[in-house]
Amino acid sequence: MSALQVRRLWKEYGRQVVLENISLEVESGEFVTIIGASGCGKTTLLRILLGEERPSRGEVLLDGKPLPDEPGPDRGVVFQKYSVFPHMTALKNVMVGEEFAGAPLTAWLLGKARRETQRRALEMLAAVGLANAGDKYPSELSGGMQQRLAIAQALMRRPRILLLDEPFGALDPGIRSDMHELILDLWSKLKLTIFMTSHDIKESFYLGGRVIVLDRVRKDPHEPGAYGARITYDLPLGHARRGRDDPRRLAGAAGADVRAAPSGISPEIPV
Amino acid sequence: MKRLINLKPERGVGIVLGALPFVIVLAVYVAASATRLAENADDKLLPSLATMANTFVRLATEENRRTGDVVLWVDTGASLRRLLTGVAISMIIGLTVGVITGLIPYMQRTLSPLVKVLSMIPPLAVLPVLFITLGVDELSKIVLIVFGIAPFITRDVQQRVEELPVELLIKAQTLGASTWQLILRIVLPQVVPRLLDATRLALGAAWLFLIAAEAIAATEGLGYRIFLVRRFLDMDVILPYVAWITLLAFALDLALRLLNRAVFPWYGAGAAR
Repeated sequence: MSALQVRRLWKEYGRQVVLENISLEVESGEFVTIIGASGCGKTTLLRILLGEERPSRGEVLLDGKPLPDEPGPDRGVVFQKYSVFPHMTALKNVMVGEEFAGAPLTAWLLGKARRETQRRALEMLAAVGLANAGDKYPSELSGGMQQRLAIAQALMRRPRILLLDEPFGALDPGIRSDMHELILDLWSKLKLTIFMTSHDIKESFYLGGRVIVLDRVRKDPHEPGAYGARITYDLPLGHARRGRDDPRRLAGAAGADVRAAPSGISPEIPV
Repeated sequence: MKRLINLKPERGVGIVLGALPFVIVLAVYVAASATRLAENADDKLLPSLATMANTFVRLATEENRRTGDVVLWVDTGASLRRLLTGVAISMIIGLTVGVITGLIPYMQRTLSPLVKVLSMIPPLAVLPVLFITLGVDELSKIVLIVFGIAPFITRDVQQRVEELPVELLIKAQTLGASTWQLILRIVLPQVVPRLLDATRLALGAAWLFLIAAEAIAATEGLGYRIFLVRRFLDMDVILPYVAWITLLAFALDLALRLLNRAVFPWYGAGAAR
């Protein structure tokens, strides 16, 4: 069933139209990437999905129910930066979500519950490749490691949908491709539903099982704010629900990473 | 020849340069004092270093024959008690009000204008009001300090809370944090080190208000002593007292700085990227 439904959504700030008539459905287990020029409204769309902003018109449903209009544990998020708490060690960063859930008054778990959470948090840190960084503060971690930590932290609460806001935008190219492998790995192992914005076309096609393009189609030179962005392309790449080891996926990702494809399989362009 | 802005002194040279102004001031003082004392051995304006040292040792060791008190320590104890009480109360007020106004929009609308106006009132102008309503005892002096620095600390904390990246607050909410949990685990730990910084900046003002209040009405205290002996032109008491107060202020500042570094190792290590 659809995890997320957006129906005829508009977002306006005064006379400035940002998004016009956005409709889309995200299936459970899909990896959707959304691309567009900067300032085209992809971040606004993400903020609406987060509950940080409200749509001017239209509605958003999560599992068929109207989206709560404030952020909550059903939607996890990783931002480009400021995604982890600078005053906590990596381990505590990952544990804190469970502590919010388990101790309403003190937000601090004790005894058996604490040990259990700690065990799970260590597993999660290991899953994102930070097994040895548990006692480090974020300022002691590199940019890529901080994003790994942010992902681990977001996954601890098992969100219904994981929202990624240009999560790899500030990283070096080498680190970036490591992160691509990591997120694909987690996506297929944990059967995540991911909605990710990016302004990198290659990245979007490589990662996404489906790529959505946002663009301003209509332009009024006399009143730049008159028209907003709409969905101009919705491209199902057809490799949703397939693991990252599927050679067709690796080869077919718009030729993004042909080096990983086994010999004998010719890259196919899915669009 | 390099540009002036690119010439940097080495460590040893830097220390010498830093000490130089002190040495010059001291030398000028000693010379001027010696000149005046040569003309008139009873001159009180510029006492010699030896006289000041003697006086200071006497104040710090000799018991009052009638009460058995040692003047310097009684004064220091009384002043520090007032100062630290006032500063502690101001920190509690500043942290509480600053966090809730910085984080909760309804609270901000309600309390911010009041705090803003309170911080505009010159505290010394209300000192008579405090003396009249609260009496001339300890309470009015402590309230003066609180009145003088709590609004400043509050506004600083509030601003720091507002400066927290919104991403952090959103992230905490997506992890399920309630407002209370958000304050407890995210906002307070990040703001307390900044509270200590704001307090360091406010300490100068706190000393000002303390000494002003003591000068007007007190029976002991560092400010009281200075203004008491002023009548007799006892510069050999006043100058060591000023140096002593400066030393205390410096020690408090240093203590807060070290505390911050020890308790919050992540602070100042660069915010999360």
